[in-house]
Amino acid sequence: MAIDISTSICGVRLANPVIPASGTFGFGLELAGSLGLDRLGGISLKGTTLEPRFGNPTPRIAECRGGLLNSVGLQNPGVEALVSEKVPALRKVYGGCVIANLSGFSLEEYERCAGIADGCEGIDLLEINVSCPNVHGGGLAFGTDPANAAAVTAAVKAVTHKPVIVKLSPNVTDIVSIARACEDAGADGLTLVNTFLGMRIDITRRRPVLANRMGGFSGPAIFPVALRMVHQVSKACSVPVIGCGGISRAEDVVEMAMAGASAVQVGSENLRNPFVCIEIIDRLPALLEELGASSFKEIIGCV
Amino acid sequence: MERRVLTVAENRIVAARTHRLVLEGGGLPTVAPGQFVQLEVEGFYLRRPISVCDCSEDSITLIYKEVGEGTRSLASLAEGSCADLLLPLGTGYRLPLKPESVLLVGGGLGAAPLHLLCKALKEAGCSMRVVLGFNTAADIVLRDEYKALGVEPEIVTLDGSEGAKGLVTDLLSCCPSMDSSSACKQEGLSQEGSGAKAERFYTCGPLPMMRAVCGMLTIPGQASLEERMGCGAGFCYGCTIHTASGPARVCADGPVFDKEDIIWQ
Ligand SMILES: Cc1cc2nc3c(=O)[nH]c(=O)nc-3n(C[C@H](O)[C@H](O)[C@H](O)COP(=O)(O)OP(=O)(O)OC[C@H]3O[C@@H](n4cnc5c(N)ncnc54)[C@H](O)[C@@H]3O)c2cc1C
Ligand SMILES: Cc1cc2nc3c(=O)[nH]c(=O)nc-3n(C[C@H](O)[C@H](O)[C@H](O)COP(=O)(O)O)c2cc1C
Ligand code: FES
Repeated sequence: MAIDISTSICGVRLANPVIPASGTFGFGLELAGSLGLDRLGGISLKGTTLEPRFGNPTPRIAECRGGLLNSVGLQNPGVEALVSEKVPALRKVYGGCVIANLSGFSLEEYERCAGIADGCEGIDLLEINVSCPNVHGGGLAFGTDPANAAAVTAAVKAVTHKPVIVKLSPNVTDIVSIARACEDAGADGLTLVNTFLGMRIDITRRRPVLANRMGGFSGPAIFPVALRMVHQVSKACSVPVIGCGGISRAEDVVEMAMAGASAVQVGSENLRNPFVCIEIIDRLPALLEELGASSFKEIIGCV
Repeated sequence: MERRVLTVAENRIVAARTHRLVLEGGGLPTVAPGQFVQLEVEGFYLRRPISVCDCSEDSITLIYKEVGEGTRSLASLAEGSCADLLLPLGTGYRLPLKPESVLLVGGGLGAAPLHLLCKALKEAGCSMRVVLGFNTAADIVLRDEYKALGVEPEIVTLDGSEGAKGLVTDLLSCCPSMDSSSACKQEGLSQEGSGAKAERFYTCGPLPMMRAVCGMLTIPGQASLEERMGCGAGFCYGCTIHTASGPARVCADGPVFDKEDIIWQ
């Protein structure tokens, strides 16, 4: 019998649980010529803000053992271009779940950005990034304080009919209190986690590798920490959790699901291997079968 | 873009700390001059971008210099082992629409992508002048490969250990408008193609060299830029620079840019 790997988040059915994570797959279109986008359960689009942004100066990518650091700083063409150009173009070649990832530097910006995205038919879910560590004076503060995270959630919920997923920052002492605050404020789902604030130094030049000095750390090395947070939060909250952080193979997807994730996002690994999501989707049914599971849904939160 | 696992047919030193890596496999995609590959290096998370120096349907040649941990580790890649790469990547050089007289200016390993370009220009019926600059004689690469294409590269070294002493711009300034100035001929620098005024130039090499070359030549030209990369394939937005026509990803919108587009820092 064929193993059913479909899943659902916030009432949206996904043919499979694998979603490229925001910022690691562009607006989807960049890869349309190279791989079968339609195979993907969903796509989380590049982080978008109210106004267009260039982002930070280069170098804005640094390598480390087991992962990388980025200080891209939310380069994007702005939410108007997202809804009028990027999403309609993607919709011509992609029928799966489209997730708009939105950021802001004030409550008002989140609100206006979400309001504009709400009017876009091609978008299924809004993912609110309250955790980007790259932008001075903004993102970080919202995601590290329960009251602020709740305020953003409530503000966005008030302007949209689409399901709202809040993407949390791992750079906090108590992830559960932030998650609960977002759930109480109306979040329909949670994505865990964004990048960890990190830094690298070029020892020959005695200066930081990243022009921005610090950046978000991601990749296989963060997997156990992300998994732990997914586990804690999925036990404490009742909304669906999307697991993200360090996933690079089908086994990691299963682990995340067992920890409580209803779907997963694959980030950095796309940068090493743009075909990894497809490879994971190909492998998942056989892996589940080997593990004695009859469907993907069956293993969600089993640990 | 495709992901291919190829066999290492050759990986040997061809100049100081410089290796030629020949990879073989069947039915390789076409690589245009100026395009590059993202090569996986065992033990390192990110791939390394390397320009394509030569290619055919079943082999691809890269020239790389040991500059850091990743490229040092590449040097120990044994013949017969496998190499995992993404290709072809980037927007390469734009060839002239009709046969023209062109000038190629390379610095160091900039000679590598220009070699594939030289081959394509030759096929397109262009006449060429090739000027290559190196720090010292031990760094010189690809001279014979250019010769095999019927082009005698003019070599200049910073320390004068081989060819003319100085910078590539010294050779260019001896014929400011790139016509067949007598100065060139007198110094024995006249080459095939230099009998006609160059109508276009292409450059690849260290940034200061390219800036100087683009600054002094008034004919249309293109230069190949480098930036730290994440994906190398246009979707992580890690390599974006400012250009005269707005933000551009070096890996996808480039690495080759029209000289007018480049904002030199
Ligand atoms: C489009 C393009 C084409 C290139 N073609 C060639 C070529 O044909 N031959 C060749 O020898 N080199 C080429 N380079 C440079 C080459 O990519 C670097 O020398 C190499 O990545 C260094 O890796 P490393 O681990 O030895 O150095 P490290 O300094 O240890 O590397 C650390 C990180 O920085 C990155 N990095 C370091 N130097 C550069 C650089 N100059 N450009 C981009 N990223 C860098 C590495 O990829 C790695 O992620 C090219 C670069 C680009 C962008
Ligand atoms: C280059 C890059 C850009 C990113 N941009 C965004 C973004 O715009 N919005 C966002 O919410 N997360 C962004 N992230 C975070 C990822 O979506 C993901 O949460 C994080 O990288 C952890 O997953 P990973 O270990 O699989 O990469 C980015 C990550 C990387 C590597
Ligand atoms: S390196 Fe990813 S967009 Fe250029």
